[in-house]
Amino acid sequence: MELVNPNLGTIFWMLIIFGIVLYILKKFAWKPILNALKEREESIANALNSAEEAKKEVEGLKADNDRIIAEARKEKNQILKEAKELKDKIVAEAKEKASQEATKSIELAQRQIESEKVAAINEIKKQVAELSVTIAEKVIKKELSNKKEQEKMVDGLVDDIKLN
Amino acid sequence: MLKFSTGIFIIFILSLVSINTTLAKDTHENEAQNTHNESEFNAGKFIIEHVLDAYDWHVFSVGDKHFSIPLPIILYSQNPELHEGKSFHIFMSYKFHHGHDDYKGFRISHSKENSGKIVELDAHGEEIGKPYDFSITKVVAQAIIIAILLIWIFIKVASQSVANKNKAPKGIQNLMEPVILFIRDEVAKPAIGEKKYEKFMPFLLSLFFFILLTNLIGLIPFPPFGANVTGNIAVTMVLALFTFGVTTISGNKHYWKEIYNPDVPTWLKIPIPLMPIVELAGVITKPFVLMIRLFANMLAGHMIVTVFVSLIFIFGSLMGVAAGFAISPVSIAFSVFIVLLDVLVSFIQAYVFTFLSALYFGMATAEHH
Repeated sequence: MELVNPNLGTIFWMLIIFGIVLYILKKFAWKPILNALKEREESIANALNSAEEAKKEVEGLKADNDRIIAEARKEKNQILKEAKELKDKIVAEAKEKASQEATKSIELAQRQIESEKVAAINEIKKQVAELSVTIAEKVIKKELSNKKEQEKMVDGLVDDIKLN
Repeated sequence: MLKFSTGIFIIFILSLVSINTTLAKDTHENEAQNTHNESEFNAGKFIIEHVLDAYDWHVFSVGDKHFSIPLPIILYSQNPELHEGKSFHIFMSYKFHHGHDDYKGFRISHSKENSGKIVELDAHGEEIGKPYDFSITKVVAQAIIIAILLIWIFIKVASQSVANKNKAPKGIQNLMEPVILFIRDEVAKPAIGEKKYEKFMPFLLSLFFFILLTNLIGLIPFPPFGANVTGNIAVTMVLALFTFGVTTISGNKHYWKEIYNPDVPTWLKIPIPLMPIVELAGVITKPFVLMIRLFANMLAGHMIVTVFVSLIFIFGSLMGVAAGFAISPVSIAFSVFIVLLDVLVSFIQAYVFTFLSALYFGMATAEHH
């Protein structure tokens, strides 16, 4: 029966021993160990969190980049479109202007030609008149060398005048 | 490589078990021959002596010579006139010469009633009763060794974990931290709850590691190890008392209300306080069960190993030495099996004791829902 009969001395010593173990371990072992474990867990959790945040940030940056690229592309397209429009406009304007110029110079040329023509015709008329006078002079000179002829001529002239 | 060294270790332990117990058997047999003049091997007595506490720590015996580590005996007697006029006595256990001699009016009793205990003697050498006995017995000495080991190991772990702050654990710290985390995450947190578990962690950890180390060291069969500490009811009683004390101190209003005024129909409380009596019985039963469970499990383990070893000597004394040798491989095989089982049981019992303690703390601190 000694087996199931707790011994007073053993109880006494065990209370002291376990009490001391409990006190010393609590103060010098469990507190630092548990604190260190907790701190490590927290630092790991923090590290994971910051990694997650960094990942998110990178994702944000990537999205930003994509957006910026898309915007740039759009802008480029717009600029190209605008440039093309501008070019078309300039070409069209140039064409119009050129044709206007051409028309103008053609008109000018025509007018000049016209005036030259008129001048030339006048010149020709004048020369023809002079020539005619000269010819007439020469003819008259020749024809008026004898009297008869002079009279005939005068008669002819008078007839002509009458006819006029 | 690891398996190989484990195997070597087991064989080593095993050989020590058999040597140790063989020597113990010799001692016993010699004693038996001396005192009762009988040559037959008394297995029952051998087994019981093996698991009981003792005043000295037996190492080995050669023939009639016993080699023991003497331990201090501390006695307080209410009859100082019988003990050279002093009531307080401290002396080493070798003064008793392994229980054969009396010393200063004290004797290790051989009577049926107080067998193995120190008794007081009157002037005629008759036993008149027991003094208050605060001796450092084998169990107490073993508990002190375990306490020193525990403190040494965990202060080392603590210094490492402080030095290795926020780094990967190393060495013994690496061995202990998963266990500490297991106690925290699988025992304390689920049983007590996230908010309140921290307060109980030092106690739960101390309890777990004390029981575990004691259980395991109890399986190493040579001094300064191998004493049956957790198989001693006084030891488990103290551990259970600590759990009881912590539960009682940390019990909140809701806990006490559930005991003295539980939510049951009034006729169960008045005029006969039936439910409060049942609840109070439960309060006492919980630590009592803790005490018995650990004690019985560890005692049984030690006993079964001893039984298998004594089979050799039972066969030897019944059918001759050859039969004893013939049965020894079977005995050894079974002993190895039981020792390995006991390693498992050591862990399980330490876990169960800690887990149930945590559950009781959880109940004591639970908020009313």
